[in-house]
Amino acid sequence: MSNKLLAKGLAGALAASVALVPLMAQAGDLVIESWRNDDIDIWNDKIIPAFNEKHPDIHVSFKPTTPTEYNAALNAKLSGGTAGDLIACRPFDASLELYKQGNLASLNDLAGMDNFSDVAKSAWQTDDGSTTFCVPMASVIHGFIYNKEAFEEVGVEVPKTTEEFFQVLDKIKEDGTYVPMAMGTADQWEAATMGFQNIGPNHWNGEEGRKALIDGSQKFTDKPYVDTFAELARWKDYLPDGFEAISYPDAQNLFSLGRAAIYPAGSWDISLFNKQADFKFSAFPPPAPAGSDTCYISDHTDIGMGLNAKSKNAEEAKVFLEWMTGPDFAKLYSNALPGFFSLSNAKVDIEDPVAQEFVSWRQKCKSTIRNSYQILSRGTPNLENELWNISAQVINGTLTPEEGAKKAEDGLQKWYAPHQK
Amino acid sequence: MAHSGPMTDWRKAKLPVFAFLAPATILYTLFMIYPLIDSIRLSFFSATNGGDLAFVGLDNYRTVLSDPDWSHTFWNSFWNNMKFFAVHMLVQNPIGIALAAVLSLPRLKLRNTYRTLIFMPTMLSVVIVGFIWQLILSPVWGVGADILDIVGLKSLFGPWLGKEGSALITMAFISVWQWVGIPMMLIYAALLAIPEDLVDAAIVDGATHFEVFWHIKLPLVLPTVAMVSILTFVGNFNAFDLIYAVKGALAGPNFSTDIMGTLFYRTFFGYQLQLGSPTLGATVASLMFLIILAGVLFYLFVVQRRLSRYQL
Repeated sequence: MSNKLLAKGLAGALAASVALVPLMAQAGDLVIESWRNDDIDIWNDKIIPAFNEKHPDIHVSFKPTTPTEYNAALNAKLSGGTAGDLIACRPFDASLELYKQGNLASLNDLAGMDNFSDVAKSAWQTDDGSTTFCVPMASVIHGFIYNKEAFEEVGVEVPKTTEEFFQVLDKIKEDGTYVPMAMGTADQWEAATMGFQNIGPNHWNGEEGRKALIDGSQKFTDKPYVDTFAELARWKDYLPDGFEAISYPDAQNLFSLGRAAIYPAGSWDISLFNKQADFKFSAFPPPAPAGSDTCYISDHTDIGMGLNAKSKNAEEAKVFLEWMTGPDFAKLYSNALPGFFSLSNAKVDIEDPVAQEFVSWRQKCKSTIRNSYQILSRGTPNLENELWNISAQVINGTLTPEEGAKKAEDGLQKWYAPHQK
Repeated sequence: MAHSGPMTDWRKAKLPVFAFLAPATILYTLFMIYPLIDSIRLSFFSATNGGDLAFVGLDNYRTVLSDPDWSHTFWNSFWNNMKFFAVHMLVQNPIGIALAAVLSLPRLKLRNTYRTLIFMPTMLSVVIVGFIWQLILSPVWGVGADILDIVGLKSLFGPWLGKEGSALITMAFISVWQWVGIPMMLIYAALLAIPEDLVDAAIVDGATHFEVFWHIKLPLVLPTVAMVSILTFVGNFNAFDLIYAVKGALAGPNFSTDIMGTLFYRTFFGYQLQLGSPTLGATVASLMFLIILAGVLFYLFVVQRRLSRYQL
């Protein structure tokens, strides 16, 4: 074969392969974008195979990014037109913005959406509630996970009120075998998410306070919020030495190695502790201040799944989303990932005992979501990021509870009209 | 053109010259100059509610430099950057010079081993370096406290990465640890270029090794030191990765480790619930560019000109 012919042949083969690649990729190939890189095995081993049993012709791949980079990476991919077909949705504004920019399709007419309550859908709706753009997947609940054996050894009971809670911490500290509470402030977000948003709803009466902040009838400088910061500030004495430099994985390890008695938790921590801890552990809800007759928990709508408006496989993607609204997925997901609680109305039996404990609080207590997520993080400074910084500083002792509350209010006042009055 | 000698062939050589320059020029223009100019252009725009870009002139710059929220963050990150740079200039480069001087001593054994060991960290990924040092300095697992205990200084140990007062300095030291190999290598190469007879003559005249270094070698390598400094400056003011790997884009505690790179990341890409703003991000990037440009120009017109170069 002459060189010329060879070159022509090669060029032809190259052109053909380039032309074929999109065709091959199009045959029902769905790509899922998500920030849950911890879940890659569960998707590949359990969820996708279960879907393929019913729809063997649709090929699905799960392509997650690290949580902190997800929003940035996703926005870049969407504007570059390379984003996947299915997009894991953060609750509220981040996804709402994606919908407004035309990146997420409306799912109003998706069959199966009526399997979800209005509250479940509220995290992925337009402000007027007329359009829903993501299938609600799961919520996470905050509380405290504790080492049962440590509690027995020290001789303390699960605390019901805030004062009991601090008495328990005092006793564990006196005993000296265990670090009373495993948490650090190095990554800042734990202080806000597992601290402020965990114990706060009991002070601001859950949804009542959250809505009052949004309509401006309550301010961060009001008693409930200052009290929350004040309670948070008391944690300092019970955290491990050098907690200012202890990161989130450090705290997880301290607890799962059995060196700490209490761990301020999100229910998503359960699966890690199941794998790593070789002692019995359980959970208790955030203790309420003495005298309050209702308890409140943060049952945060955390993750949903939307459809990329520019997806070339919209039909197949809708089939997948429809499957996600059904009871099979609800059951599979809640049990594959103990601590992520399905938002579906379908009755789901949860097998994991600690996850059962968490979800049982829904019966006793009133649920609310994190107060910085809806509307209040739309401007600069962003309330969620502010709360990270302020909560960490309040625990570190570099801000007093009053100063912290004022800083949060000042930040909100800068851009949010209802707080400027 | 008033050139003589080989340059008279300039006209004949024109075509090959352009041909050789073209690939680099085209690539550089396409991937460096064009994005730079486009990013500066973007900084004069702002996104409207509909998502379209509208020309706003210098408004973004006014926001970043005079809006109390933004200017506070910007100048905080600028001063942190200056401190970060100062630590490198005061610690990394003198140590680099000292190590190079020791390495170039004529009777040093295991020279190549030391050189490799000291240079090694520069080849590690920043993420790994950040992770290793976080572990070493961790108040829970770290060997840092134990090592200090051996020399009886355990009381000095603290959660350095978590305190506002010490976090930035600690980060700078980690960066110094990683990068000290670069000035060492460059200066070592310059030291090797110094002719033996100069040093021999000084020794014959009764100079000690230290005097030889101070009066002969150092003046001869000063141009290299100056070049290392400007590289350090550009590198430090573009720094981002180490801080991001260890402290995240919120550069805690309370923004005490926030440098312009992390500020740019937060502004451009957003972080957690904060949505990114490409136009404000471009403004921060342009300001970083201007600051680096000012530094380089200062070096070219003030420092470079005063350096005397000796004919060896």
